[in-house]
Amino acid sequence: MQATPRRIAIVGATSSIAEHCARRWAEAAPSEFVLVARDAARTERIAADLRVRGATRTSVIVADFTRPASIADIVRRAAADGPLDLVLIAHGNLPDQPACERDLDACESALVVNGTSPALFAEAFAAGMFDRGAGTLVVIGSVAGDRGRRSNYVYGAAKGLVTRYVQGLQHRAAGTAVRIVLVKPGPTDTPMTAHLRQQGAKLASVESVAACIVDGAAKGRPVVYAPAKWALIMMVIRHLPRVVFDRMNI
Amino acid sequence: MLTVSSWGRLGSWPHDAVALTDREAIPGALAARPGSAIAYGMGRSYGDVCLNPDGGLWLTAGLDRFIDFDPELGRLRCEAGVQLGQIQRFAVPRGWILPVTPGTWMATVGGAIANDVHGKNHHARGTFGDHVRRLRLVRSDGSVIDCGPDLRADWFAATVGGMGLTGIVAEAELQLMPVAGPWLDVETFPYDDLDGFFALADGSEGDWEYTVSWVDCLAGGRGRGIFMRGRHSTERGRPEPAMGARSMPFVPPMSLVNPLSLRLFNLAYYHSGRLKAGRSLAHYRPFFYPLDNLADWNRMYGPRGFYQYQSVVPRGTGRDAVGAMLAEIARSGEGSFLAVLKTFGEATPVGLLSFPMPGVTLALDFPNRGPRTLALFERLDAIVLEAGGRLYPAKDARMPRSLFEAGYPRIAEFLPYRDPKLGSAMSRRLLGD
Repeated sequence: MQATPRRIAIVGATSSIAEHCARRWAEAAPSEFVLVARDAARTERIAADLRVRGATRTSVIVADFTRPASIADIVRRAAADGPLDLVLIAHGNLPDQPACERDLDACESALVVNGTSPALFAEAFAAGMFDRGAGTLVVIGSVAGDRGRRSNYVYGAAKGLVTRYVQGLQHRAAGTAVRIVLVKPGPTDTPMTAHLRQQGAKLASVESVAACIVDGAAKGRPVVYAPAKWALIMMVIRHLPRVVFDRMNI
Repeated sequence: MLTVSSWGRLGSWPHDAVALTDREAIPGALAARPGSAIAYGMGRSYGDVCLNPDGGLWLTAGLDRFIDFDPELGRLRCEAGVQLGQIQRFAVPRGWILPVTPGTWMATVGGAIANDVHGKNHHARGTFGDHVRRLRLVRSDGSVIDCGPDLRADWFAATVGGMGLTGIVAEAELQLMPVAGPWLDVETFPYDDLDGFFALADGSEGDWEYTVSWVDCLAGGRGRGIFMRGRHSTERGRPEPAMGARSMPFVPPMSLVNPLSLRLFNLAYYHSGRLKAGRSLAHYRPFFYPLDNLADWNRMYGPRGFYQYQSVVPRGTGRDAVGAMLAEIARSGEGSFLAVLKTFGEATPVGLLSFPMPGVTLALDFPNRGPRTLALFERLDAIVLEAGGRLYPAKDARMPRSLFEAGYPRIAEFLPYRDPKLGSAMSRRLLGD
């Protein structure tokens, strides 16, 4: 007998990390996908790939990610055909830090896209899971959210907001069957970081990061560093005394 | 700038690299770049076919989506950056397999087309290009050309084996081959000389899908080795072997392949092959891709890297030419245990510049020892030229233009199909720009 496919929603479905997670889910077990993104044609190409890999059904929602009313509408539509077993919130962009320092509009936009927007999506999706008493919500934060650094604190602050928000949801989920997972990828080789690679940065492969996320989601782990070595690195960075930290150009 | 090398690791050079991740965005990306560039997938070709030092690169590994699969007919449409291993892992559990595969599954579909790669079954199935039904070529003038063996066949013949110089391959439709499962029946025989090799090869090609042999490059012109043949088995349901766990974690300060290690390895390999001769059942992964089991194995040649020298010579002159090359190599003491001897079938090449032709192919790795190694290649070049053979561009980093022109008589037919904004170190070396 065919098992009922699980229902998975992905916000930011064209992100490289999200796409590779989706492939793994599509290949592992019968799954239906709701893909939320801004570019319909690109998202449809990803949906076709997932169907070849085994996805039983895909649907695409194209919408604005920043207005609360739009977010509420997206979440309602994503769950319209049945409750969601797994939700991945993966959208965001890597802002140009100096540009954000010069231009408060750019700064606000970066904070909204990477901080407020994922938090609102998390709130809205979690509400449905708490009502049902089931589901796994995976939110992509960043190692950048662990400590503010001069090279990247606008992004870091937004991801720090996500970290605290998800922590609160986890506290709320304690004692229920709802699982809330916060993923903190290190620098990953994706189109978002292409300029870092050109500068010679060591980046983790998107496949390895996706493998960590899929594994963390399956186990319902509260915090997943991807790759795992970043747990140790960030523990050191978080605890560096200020006199040492202030001398570092990171 | 991104520092990039190819599989031979002869050097690494800065490139202005731009990643292509959306196949619909390729025309715009091509139009936006002023200078010339070349597509780079997984960097599994050995020499400079995929390099363009101080120039542009199109990184295609992110074009890795499947587009459509027909499980009844075994037809797969996918983007050009899909790796062959992704196809095998997808297709084999569904009863299909790539009909032609090279010795690594990390090559991309685009690279397999641009180099018109072959495998152990050339005598049965021809080259990779023989199983491409359609490909979509994006040109720098913004045009998009869909071509295949029955559609704009001239563009298809120029692009298959065209070294990436006719445009960017965005996607392809491949015809897969049905299989019962992942297993092959394999038989192994030692041979004492080249006549023994040819007798085994000729006696096997009728009934055996795959044939290949390891040749002892130190045994001189006699050419002893181990011959292996395989065909798909109806065996199913065995547990799959674990693979891919090991890697070469660092670059040793000097090549681990040297005259002493080579002598020891070849003796041990030949004699253990003699002892193990017989029948066995092999999973397709170790059978097709033995080296993929050791990630980054190319690092074993040390910081100076290595060359591969792969030639094909016609059957009429082949016995003597292969003997002469092996004698020359043994005399030099150069070479590596990675030495392959195989016959090619009679199939008409698909591409204007496809490497395989009826005859026998010899492929050997050589640690880069500078002028000594290059001088040996010149002596081998003379043998190949004399025999009416040619070298494989996918493996080459140094052949003289005269040898390329002698080996590939259809260059003039190919040139009109070149894209003016695609160029590589190899195109400058062998075609003049």
